[in-house]
Amino acid sequence: MNNFAYQQVDKPKDATAILRDDKQAAFIAGGTTLLDLMKSNIEQHSQLVDINLLPFKGIEQTSDGLRIGALERMSDVGESRLIVEQYPAISESLLLAASPQLRNMASIGGNLLQRTRCGYFRDPAFPCNKRVPGSGCPAQTGDNHNLAILGVSDSCIANSNPGDLAVALIALDAVLTLENAKGKQRRVPLNSFYLLPGKTPHKENVLEPGELIVAVTVPAAAHARRSTYLKVRERTSYAYALASAAVGLDVQGGTIRSARVALGSVGAQPWRSPEAEKVLTGAPATEATFRAAAAAALRGAQPREHNRYKVELAQNTLVRALTNLTSA
Amino acid sequence: MSDNFPPDQRGPAPEDGTRRSFMKQAGGILGLALAPPFISKAERLTALSRKVEGVSEMQLKVNGTVRTIRAEPRVTLLDALREHLDLTGSKKGCDLGQCGACTVLIDGRRVNSCLTLAVMAQGKEVTTIEGLAKNDELHPLQTAFIKHDGFQCGYCTSGQIMSGVACINEGHASSDDQCREWMSGNLCRCGAYPNIVAAVREVAGNKS
Repeated sequence: MNNFAYQQVDKPKDATAILRDDKQAAFIAGGTTLLDLMKSNIEQHSQLVDINLLPFKGIEQTSDGLRIGALERMSDVGESRLIVEQYPAISESLLLAASPQLRNMASIGGNLLQRTRCGYFRDPAFPCNKRVPGSGCPAQTGDNHNLAILGVSDSCIANSNPGDLAVALIALDAVLTLENAKGKQRRVPLNSFYLLPGKTPHKENVLEPGELIVAVTVPAAAHARRSTYLKVRERTSYAYALASAAVGLDVQGGTIRSARVALGSVGAQPWRSPEAEKVLTGAPATEATFRAAAAAALRGAQPREHNRYKVELAQNTLVRALTNLTSA
Repeated sequence: MSDNFPPDQRGPAPEDGTRRSFMKQAGGILGLALAPPFISKAERLTALSRKVEGVSEMQLKVNGTVRTIRAEPRVTLLDALREHLDLTGSKKGCDLGQCGACTVLIDGRRVNSCLTLAVMAQGKEVTTIEGLAKNDELHPLQTAFIKHDGFQCGYCTSGQIMSGVACINEGHASSDDQCREWMSGNLCRCGAYPNIVAAVREVAGNKS
């Protein structure tokens, strides 16, 4: 890890001002992803600005729905009674992620900004368009067994945010509140926060330099109350997903009134599927419907040599998640 | 039974005497911003505005005792414990938050000390494996690890025990399956898992 300066702040404008004036500075909250990246020489920063004293706390039901402060920890959010009862997919996505130790440390804002686990990105000995723009993408023909099949490009096939929380949040229409160096706040739906790789895989989201994530808001809805997150991985616990699905349904009299579907670890970004939702909405809640929705979700898949299995795995994951939700 | 879990629940009294002497020692340092009731707002802001560069003095409260080290901001809590404070019970396995060998408690919560900066642990209560026993009396989970043969090479053991203590206190050890899930952040390459689960479950059962 390179040497760096450290400073603690207690006002958002002080935090954003430091990053505005020093392009090599970074915010630190839990530090679990940042220090990992710095120790691996993937990121170098001149100074770390400790934002843990900023007033971005709280887990509460508001008139806009659930509001989670960006500095809340994964463990506290995952075990929040409000979230367990009203937004189960969010709780499940958090408690199936990482380890208890990491969940005690990692903030919600930081979780949403974690970076890909692609082995070529994580090893500075290799070229990587995400790490060094224009250097190439060995993953296209290399070890791509856990990389993305939807929304990918010839420049990058990484699942850019490999986590679980973003999948559940995107499924349930989460909106981020951001604050920039002028103290101005704006709201960005999480589904338009992340950017697809295209020719610029190093641009991963719409954050301006120095902009902070203040909070996440999730609208209350019937499909949020009846939601679940299913994660499939190489071992039972403490691993990134090979495929995952966050689903929410409002079923009345056997007919699906509203549906929310997002897939994890198969998209270049956490993958909302309006195609699957269209198939589900208004249809009977049967396995045939779920199969048709899963097929629609994966129709645009562009697998490489070692991740073809994900086309079927992701469909089965989605069907099982929908089945679990409707048989419970 | 709560007497068996003192360090992470309430922490023993500082060896140097009183809470006041701790506050006095720590006066003016950055981490004190985390204990606001004892300092004025002006003092706190002075501390906040300070940018820490290069080697500087830090005060860490470990196992109830405040200790001073001189280190750069990039020094992790794990390295501070092992290299500066000679507390080598916490182990460096992967150093990337993947193995759990470095697990300690901060304010009673289990964390990976390899991904924690020492400078950010100031003003908090750090508990390591060295702080679990009361003099010669082992913590019940330490005793249970011996009884159930919860280790082979022993490298992961202190992390397993710290994680296990937290797991029990959190109420996440009420079944074998739940215990395995909530202990999954601690890897054991020798494969002593069944014995570790037995030890954690026994102490959890005795506690409830």
